[in-house]
Amino acid sequence: MISKMKGVFIALVLIFLYGPILILTAYSFTSATNIGAIQGFSMHNYVTLFTTPELRDMIIGTVILALGASAIATVLGTLGAIGAFYSKKRTNILISTVNQIPVINADVVTGFSICILLVVVLGIDKDTFVPLVAGQVTLLAPFVYLSVIPKLKQMDPSIYEAALDLGATPRTALWKIVFPQIASGVFSGFSLAVTLSLDDYFIATYTKPATFDTISTYVVNATKGAQTEIKTALWALSAVIFLIVVLIVVTANIRPGRRKEAV
Amino acid sequence: MRTFRFSRKNLSIPYVIFLAVFVVIPLFVLVYYAFTDRDGHVSLRNFIGFFTDPNTLGTLFYSIVIALTTTLVCLAIAYPTAYILAKSRVKRKSAMLLVFILPMWINFSLRITALKEILTVLEENIAYYPFLNAVIGMTYDFLPFMILPIYTTISRLDPSLIEAAKDLGANDVDAFFKITLPLSVPGIVSGVAMVFLPAMTNYVVLDMLYNSTYIMGSLIGSYFAAYNWNGGSLIALILLLLICVFTYLTRNLEDEDQRAGGGALL
Repeated sequence: MISKMKGVFIALVLIFLYGPILILTAYSFTSATNIGAIQGFSMHNYVTLFTTPELRDMIIGTVILALGASAIATVLGTLGAIGAFYSKKRTNILISTVNQIPVINADVVTGFSICILLVVVLGIDKDTFVPLVAGQVTLLAPFVYLSVIPKLKQMDPSIYEAALDLGATPRTALWKIVFPQIASGVFSGFSLAVTLSLDDYFIATYTKPATFDTISTYVVNATKGAQTEIKTALWALSAVIFLIVVLIVVTANIRPGRRKEAV
Repeated sequence: MRTFRFSRKNLSIPYVIFLAVFVVIPLFVLVYYAFTDRDGHVSLRNFIGFFTDPNTLGTLFYSIVIALTTTLVCLAIAYPTAYILAKSRVKRKSAMLLVFILPMWINFSLRITALKEILTVLEENIAYYPFLNAVIGMTYDFLPFMILPIYTTISRLDPSLIEAAKDLGANDVDAFFKITLPLSVPGIVSGVAMVFLPAMTNYVVLDMLYNSTYIMGSLIGSYFAAYNWNGGSLIALILLLLICVFTYLTRNLEDEDQRAGGGALL
């Protein structure tokens, strides 16, 4: 009885989480313009999605921004974590505390404050993409830092010392000994940064050039009265992204040895 | 002359400069703008205006109510889900967990679009139920962020504690309320931190659901649209203070490494 109730509860939660996105995916393959209307099979939305220059540019721009900002954030966050880890305790605590600010802070506040500093006070043109990239890196780097720190803590410090004793320069030892041991943290930090950047709306909306759109800003504007053509093409985009996320998550977890790390 | 020697701790210099410029200085700029007027004169007008205008105070109150409701609804769904998952005897529990948190990797604006289409079918005119839809939308968006930390905390609990409680005569209910629930508080606090604040500020979820009600985030949005940096800065500052208070109150309760949890899963 109780296990049946548990099953029903879990099923309801799954329906809540997946129902909308699955229904939308199903409808993306029809010529319907509203959910509920029954129409025949059609790939029209997918053709629109991949052939409309506006949509294509927006998707490519979002991906380039996500990869670029995440790469910068990964370098900064990783170096910051290594440096902070080997600093005096007081410096370490100070860096870690400031690092927490963008993590805990509301994205609206982070985006707004970056916009005020760079655009209003310093007068940097949004069209240069500097405010957008700087804003996103500010959001992402702290998460990379947080992904790397636990790996540094797990490391056996004597291996580094041994490398120095055997004649390695600190630079070589860092690259050959420390880096391989924290690489999985750096990678998961980068992955997290990419997903956060792809999901970001607030930093982008306060700092982006007027003519540039990320998926989030585009979709939000589109819901405020775009043509039906674009609206249903975005259903196709949801379906594609849903599929990509499922594929990535499945392949990332099939690899042996990663499973334990996952939780 | 001293030459620059490579040292591991110097690696943090670029990041320290970056944090100073893009995290610390913007906070000071916010404070400056919040307490000056359009001409740059020091002024408490924004401040007094916010706390005497019934509209802005109403917005503050309304966002707290929305955020509290959303947090409680998320908790009511997430805790049993996380508990059932963590205690289930399924072999690949981590795979099961992934099913529940996978939605957080799908762009939120696309997910809310999907939800909007469904709500439109169910309710006909979604503008009629602003409060209900705000809570549904936020819950839909933030639920995975509540499930993840609670699951992590419960699955880390030492099962021998429950066994010991039972050996000492506790039944399942006693063991849950005296052992499992108190020990899962760190996970709950992490989850609450990840839901409560976004629920006060993520006004786009409301906008996308054709919701005409205002939360704190919406105020920043509308000041921004009106180029009123001073008004927006004050709201941002008030939000920051709320965050500081919350963080201070829960500083000893939260699990340290929870925040980066999402990345470790990928």
